[in-house]
Amino acid sequence: MTSFRLNGREVSVQAPDDAPLLWTIRDEAGLTGTKFGCGIGQCGACTVHVNGDAVRSCITPTGSVAGQSVTTIEGLDPKGQHPLQMAWIEAQAPQCGYCQSGQIMQAAALLKANPKPSDADIEAGMTGNLCRCMAYIRIKKAIKAAAAKGVAA
Amino acid sequence: MNAILPDVSRRGFLITVSAAGAMFGLGHPAQAAEAFAPTIWYGIDRQGVVTVHIIRAEMGQHVGTAIARIVADELEADWSKVRIDHVDSDPKWGLMVTGGSWSVWQSYPLYSQAGAAGRIALIEAGAKLMGVTPADCIARNGAVVAGKRSVSYGEIVAKGDLSRTFTAEQLAKLPMKPASERRIVGKPGGAQDIPAKTNGQAKYGLDAKVPGMVYARPKLPPTRYGSTVVSIDETAAKAVPGYIRAIALEDPSGTVPGWVMVYADSFVAADRATEALKVTWKAGETAKVAEADLQSRARALIADKTAGSQVVEDPGVDAAFAAAKSTLEQTYTTSTALHFQMEPVNALAFEKDGLFEIHTGNQWQSLVLPWLATALGRKEETIVLRTYMLGGGFGRRLNGDYAVGAALASKAIGGKPVKMVMTRADDTRFDSPRSPSVQTLRMAFGDAGRVTAMEHHACAGWPTQAMAPFFMPKGGNGVPYDPFAISGANHWYTVGAQRVRAVQNDLANRTMRPGWLRSVGPGWTNWAVESFMDEAAAQAGVDPLAFRLKMLDAAGRNAGSAPNAVGGAKRQAAVLKRLADKAGWGKPLPKNTGLGLATTFGQERDMPTWVACAARVAVDPATGAVTVEKLTLVADAGTIVHPDGALAQMEGAALWGMSLALLEGSAFENGQPKDTNLDSYTPLRMADVPDVEVEFIASTEVPVGLGEPATTVVGPAIGNAIFRAVGARVRDLPIRPEAVKAAMKA
Repeated sequence: MTSFRLNGREVSVQAPDDAPLLWTIRDEAGLTGTKFGCGIGQCGACTVHVNGDAVRSCITPTGSVAGQSVTTIEGLDPKGQHPLQMAWIEAQAPQCGYCQSGQIMQAAALLKANPKPSDADIEAGMTGNLCRCMAYIRIKKAIKAAAAKGVAA
Repeated sequence: MNAILPDVSRRGFLITVSAAGAMFGLGHPAQAAEAFAPTIWYGIDRQGVVTVHIIRAEMGQHVGTAIARIVADELEADWSKVRIDHVDSDPKWGLMVTGGSWSVWQSYPLYSQAGAAGRIALIEAGAKLMGVTPADCIARNGAVVAGKRSVSYGEIVAKGDLSRTFTAEQLAKLPMKPASERRIVGKPGGAQDIPAKTNGQAKYGLDAKVPGMVYARPKLPPTRYGSTVVSIDETAAKAVPGYIRAIALEDPSGTVPGWVMVYADSFVAADRATEALKVTWKAGETAKVAEADLQSRARALIADKTAGSQVVEDPGVDAAFAAAKSTLEQTYTTSTALHFQMEPVNALAFEKDGLFEIHTGNQWQSLVLPWLATALGRKEETIVLRTYMLGGGFGRRLNGDYAVGAALASKAIGGKPVKMVMTRADDTRFDSPRSPSVQTLRMAFGDAGRVTAMEHHACAGWPTQAMAPFFMPKGGNGVPYDPFAISGANHWYTVGAQRVRAVQNDLANRTMRPGWLRSVGPGWTNWAVESFMDEAAAQAGVDPLAFRLKMLDAAGRNAGSAPNAVGGAKRQAAVLKRLADKAGWGKPLPKNTGLGLATTFGQERDMPTWVACAARVAVDPATGAVTVEKLTLVADAGTIVHPDGALAQMEGAALWGMSLALLEGSAFENGQPKDTNLDSYTPLRMADVPDVEVEFIASTEVPVGLGEPATTVVGPAIGNAIFRAVGARVRDLPIRPEAVKAAMKA
């Protein structure tokens, strides 16, 4: 059994320590906004925050987050109105949307570490997140818009 | 040739409409208590909320928003009260398929007429409530207005007399609005599906669950077809906590031969038990097939002039070549390409109250339902596909084979709920890839470089043969062909006597289940056509823009016809001219930098989306590495229903074209694709994105498709740009730096 904070709430899960955090979040905690894409940390669809850092939950053992704080797309903002989420809608960024939870979580960690990123910083920070619809133009636009407004706003 | 598919699908709709017969009686008793449902396509409740029923899969194209806009415009609805309902499968909807860039094109007349019928009925009923005549009224923004008085649609539905009926014939004759009266179509606005895609609330097939379900992962055989299970050894699997059992599926439909389903109480356990389980198969005959075998089979079939189907066979081709002053022949290839839609295929299946439910994202419900009926040994009417968002389609989910695997997994344990999830590697090993292809093109030139004849011979695996052979028209020699494996070769250039021959690569069809991949045939036939046009222009000593424009003369069969191809090749020429101006064709560029052009008619001659691309690339002569600096695209897609969604489709499709041209491409090895995950299959990432500029030609013609056409032009535009940058002609897709370097030396 592993206990950790999930979106601000204490949870205890039965999943084995070596089970990927992705499936624990999805199937045991019932939060399905975090997606399964590749299973090897190469697509970024499963990105969550552990203590504020973006991690690939598909290759993160559940046991490794014991006592840590995990945030998923559902917990990024209580009303789903994080500046990045608002910017995503304004830019009409998602197409199929499947990768977007991961894109937003990655972008949130990026802006927290670097509130005024250059284009190159955004490209470097987001390169691990595949968007198969190739909505990259709008994802980048949304990140820049959120950064311009100040993500902490 | 291209009439075949759209006609079939349109017929599907009409059957629905006429079979429904009396349902067009407005205010049908069954619905009257709840709502006004003038046709099956939408209903209005007593609060005036309009719910539009969408039979198309939502996979990123915001199709619900586009179709709802069509209804709302003719209905004069209040857009803030319009809702989208992605429906489950039901025979009443007719043909359910989402592909071919058809959705808006096919939906436009039906949903417009449905909207108009509702508006007419609401005006009549609203006039009665206000004690005026219908002629005194107009409908606007969800209300019927007579001078200063008005009554809302909700009030009319609640109180009015909506007894007006329309026959199917009357519906079909309802006039559509003039473009000047459009208030929603073509106007700015967002997509309704987007907010839920930013907060984790959108529900995809992977998110479907029911109480008591178990998980399963298939253990896949060594070949797509023909492998049989010899023995199963559970010893190691039993050591995995949560493992339940393994069952070799019995599949009378032949869709998932040799699959062994591994059940467990969690996906993690099913995944691990699948790895641990030992299965011995007797492998099918294609277990050793490699990419080179597929290509050499294609070359042999192209060399055999008796093989294949005559798609275009004008008189005088051979005579024109015999009399030619000069000729040109080149061969182009494309490698196996994979879908890699982000959500690996999956489905939840169970039997409940005599109904078999399949919860999954799917693009072609009408195709998979008969397979499911055969596999499960029950009638189609007792099977339903519950609809979810698709984590990417791109054609992968036109092939619903995964739904059959899940359904059989449930049937094998008495109809209990089973959630089958394939891993990324499973998904890719049994993807329906874009088959590798070989194409040989020839051109005959007469006096003064005049083009007198052209031949196009194309060989590839045929998806439609594999999965929907009833959709295959016959060529001039009576041999059926896959329109999705040749469209594009029958272009709108006037080239004198023309021959187009489509050949099925039988080895490809035995080795894989060839698939429809975004932009289907035109995604690779145009690699050949548009590269060849530049090569032919060079041989003729003519500028490639001028060479194309001269042949886009709209003569003869290229004149176009109403309603879908009004203007014909003239519109393609206009798009190409606009592109050339926009991209600065003919202006000097830095050393090792080139601008390349390509133009196509999108997907089908019966639904031409006129599109052109200019790619500006820089080539590193030391390595052959290609950097795409800018893609400029111009499209004439007729009326644009949802402009921002249309732009998004052009952006995504163009980047797909670039990704397929430079970064994708796999190879068969031992009967399966060798790249099974994103560590070695490397689609385009954000850092690779060039400047992209898109322009739509303003038009009020019939709206045609936009999901794929941009994909068709980018590859050849890049290939032509490389030639103009460094003189290297590449003929194999994807374009690898080594090939560019080698071609520079040649």
